Amino acid sequence: MGPRLKLFLPLILFALLAITLFRGLGLDPNEMPSALIDRPLPAFNLPALGQTGMVSAADVTGQPALLNVWATWCVSCRVEHPYLKQLAQQGIPIFGLNYKDDDLAAQRWLEELGDPYRFNIADREGTLGLDLGVYGAPETYLLDATGVVRYRHAGVVDEKVWQTILEPLYLALSKGNGVP
Amino acid sequence: MIPEIGHFALIIALCLALILALVPAWGAWRGNSVAMALAPSLAIGLLVFVGISFICLTTAFLQDDFSVKLVASHSNSLLPSIYKFAAVWGNHEGSLLLWALILALWTAAVALFSSQLPLLVLSRVLSVMGGISVGFLSFSLITSNPFARLLPAAPADGSDLNPLLQDPGLIIHPPLLYMGYVGFSVAFAFAIAALLGGRLDASWARWSRPWTNIAWAFLSLGIMLGSWWAYYELGWGGWWFWDPVENASFMPWLAGTALIHSLAATEKRGLFKSWTVLLAIFTFSLSLLGTFLVRSGVLTSVHAFATDPARGMFILVFLAIVVGGSLTLYAFRAPAVSSRVSFGWVSRESLLLCNNVVFLVATLTVLFGTLFPLIVDALGLGKVSVGPPYFNAVFVPLMALLVPLMGLGPVSRWKRDAVERWRGELAIPAVVAVLCGITLPLLHAPYNIWVALAVLLSSWLVLGLARDLWQRLRSASSAGQGLARLTPGYCGMLIAHLGFAACVVGIVATSQYSVEHDLKMSPGDSRVLAGYEFRFVEVVQVRGPNFVADEARFEVTRDGVPVASMGPQKRRYLASGSVMTEAAIDAGLFRDLYVAMGEPVGSSGAWAMRLHFKPLVRWMWLGAILMALGAFTAALDKRYRRQREVIHSSGEAVLRGA
Repeated sequence: MGPRLKLFLPLILFALLAITLFRGLGLDPNEMPSALIDRPLPAFNLPALGQTGMVSAADVTGQPALLNVWATWCVSCRVEHPYLKQLAQQGIPIFGLNYKDDDLAAQRWLEELGDPYRFNIADREGTLGLDLGVYGAPETYLLDATGVVRYRHAGVVDEKVWQTILEPLYLALSKGNGVP
Repeated sequence: MIPEIGHFALIIALCLALILALVPAWGAWRGNSVAMALAPSLAIGLLVFVGISFICLTTAFLQDDFSVKLVASHSNSLLPSIYKFAAVWGNHEGSLLLWALILALWTAAVALFSSQLPLLVLSRVLSVMGGISVGFLSFSLITSNPFARLLPAAPADGSDLNPLLQDPGLIIHPPLLYMGYVGFSVAFAFAIAALLGGRLDASWARWSRPWTNIAWAFLSLGIMLGSWWAYYELGWGGWWFWDPVENASFMPWLAGTALIHSLAATEKRGLFKSWTVLLAIFTFSLSLLGTFLVRSGVLTSVHAFATDPARGMFILVFLAIVVGGSLTLYAFRAPAVSSRVSFGWVSRESLLLCNNVVFLVATLTVLFGTLFPLIVDALGLGKVSVGPPYFNAVFVPLMALLVPLMGLGPVSRWKRDAVERWRGELAIPAVVAVLCGITLPLLHAPYNIWVALAVLLSSWLVLGLARDLWQRLRSASSAGQGLARLTPGYCGMLIAHLGFAACVVGIVATSQYSVEHDLKMSPGDSRVLAGYEFRFVEVVQVRGPNFVADEARFEVTRDGVPVASMGPQKRRYLASGSVMTEAAIDAGLFRDLYVAMGEPVGSSGAWAMRLHFKPLVRWMWLGAILMALGAFTAALDKRYRRQREVIHSSGEAVLRGA
């Protein structure tokens, strides 16, 4: 029965794969593991992209805002970019977290494609990303006026995501602050 | 009315597929030849009804029937007709119907072109394919009905096809890709039929070979078109991203490459029987897995379809039945004892074995990299993503390992060969290859060691082929007669291996030598890039059928001689409002010039521009076309059409090259 047993190996491997895929179906790759929800943004002190100063968590507080994780190596970020510009034109404050990227490439990208961000945090080593639990770009965090993370969206923010998920939350946060 | 006819035809097709899956298989089991003989006509009936259904959906698109939900959300009255046609498969439901249509096409083709097959085998093969059709047709009808209506509130106009998909390359990319994916179902069905029959001899390998070659050729073309499309349409000059969806098409290709070579050994020498059957199952399973990954939403990707967990569940169950069922059958029926055919370590057999190992490792590497984020997530260890560095780090050395062996392949002999003989045959090619590797990269400064290595390996491969061809021609009385004596199988191998060499050079040269400049340019500015002067003349407004665009006019000269006029565009599509970059490319055999527009900078009329110089980038796609051509040529070999008795008695077939 020895050699015959060996022929069952592919079947066993496939069974393991199928179980993984089954587990995978129940998981949404765009869903946030909720560790940071309703917790303040991790403390950081990082350079601002293209500027000389440093920025910290205090710089993104004051109003509800989006924190968008992006990089020039990220294909989907390019897809997302035009919509972020639209949002910025509507007056939604967006801060950028330029994640594990080359500063020059990132600045070129902003010059070429337009810049929707108030400013960009240059997270070259991905340290802030690690604290945030970023697993890939693009990701967008909704912060309230005190810098507490209220929601995370992994993946591209497009019109549908904005209108069905982020905008209602954003409006609710804005109302709470008395900002129209 | 027409959509309802389509829907109805699809239901009839499902019924026919069910009968095809059950009745001939039952006939084969009970020895009932009447039931078995039904199979070919059922297969053709299946094609007719899926065809009617597909035509009905196409008609709905061409006639702008926006009461059909699918048309309303993926088409628009302003869309040019050709794109209305392409929009049929530019979405999940329609592409699934296309998949079912192509499966029916392959099934009918097997029914029509297999008159030399014993009825027993044919009925089993067609039944297996009918079973796969049942899966896909019910998937379509239950979870993704393309004919669903939007009544009574039909919109006045549709919301337009994704502008990324409004492109000539994308009209034929999905059909070609599916021809490949689905084509592997034939090899799969033959393997299952052989397992069911308990006869894993050389004949099933010979029957599968032409089908596998054709499927592989289509898949190569499909992948090539996808890469080419990404290059000129996505607007940043890349051509491969190791994206999960790309990987989904690449894995069956890699496994299929191993299968083609393993089938050769099984047919010619009766070797690796169980292994080849497993590869056939594996290859088609990867096609199905690709479908699962693309449509279930378990992985994020730029070009995944709109996803739905119910669909994912359906494909997973289907996958479990098809793959689980066939692997169970394999475990019980595959010959457990290793074949008594022996071969020496220095022989064509062991080279083919190496090929199999390399391609299998490559497939598993890609599979692992694609699924790793999912596995980590499923184990609750967090979320990760796997990027190009991983794939490149594993893939490049594997290919570098493969090519030296590929050079030996054609000159090697079956059974037992001698290293001394190889040394005698290949000493000159080896020396010339080293010389080429050293000298050819000198044509392009600065000297690049990776390009040198790629040229060295490719010329080794090409010269090995040339040496073997020369040997064959020399033994004939005249060159013409020698050429006439070459079998299509041999010519196909020659062309495909040449294509592979071109691909290697193209990929390495492009990655190493490309020059890219992103800069701000105003009309009147010029910029020199790799000896070419790009002059930005002006920006004009142009209007297309369903978009308006800013077009930048460029004049390119080299040493004062005009080379090209280029007009990259920034398009705004009217229906959706989305903005697309349309790059301008001046293509050439030895270099591409590439200009894409970014955004306007400031108010002075300046634009961000992206200028690329890409040497030998065409070689990559040309190589893929040659590979496909080679596979088609090999499938033409007469011996696949000869009666089986003849081949059974002939020992000389064994001695001829693969």
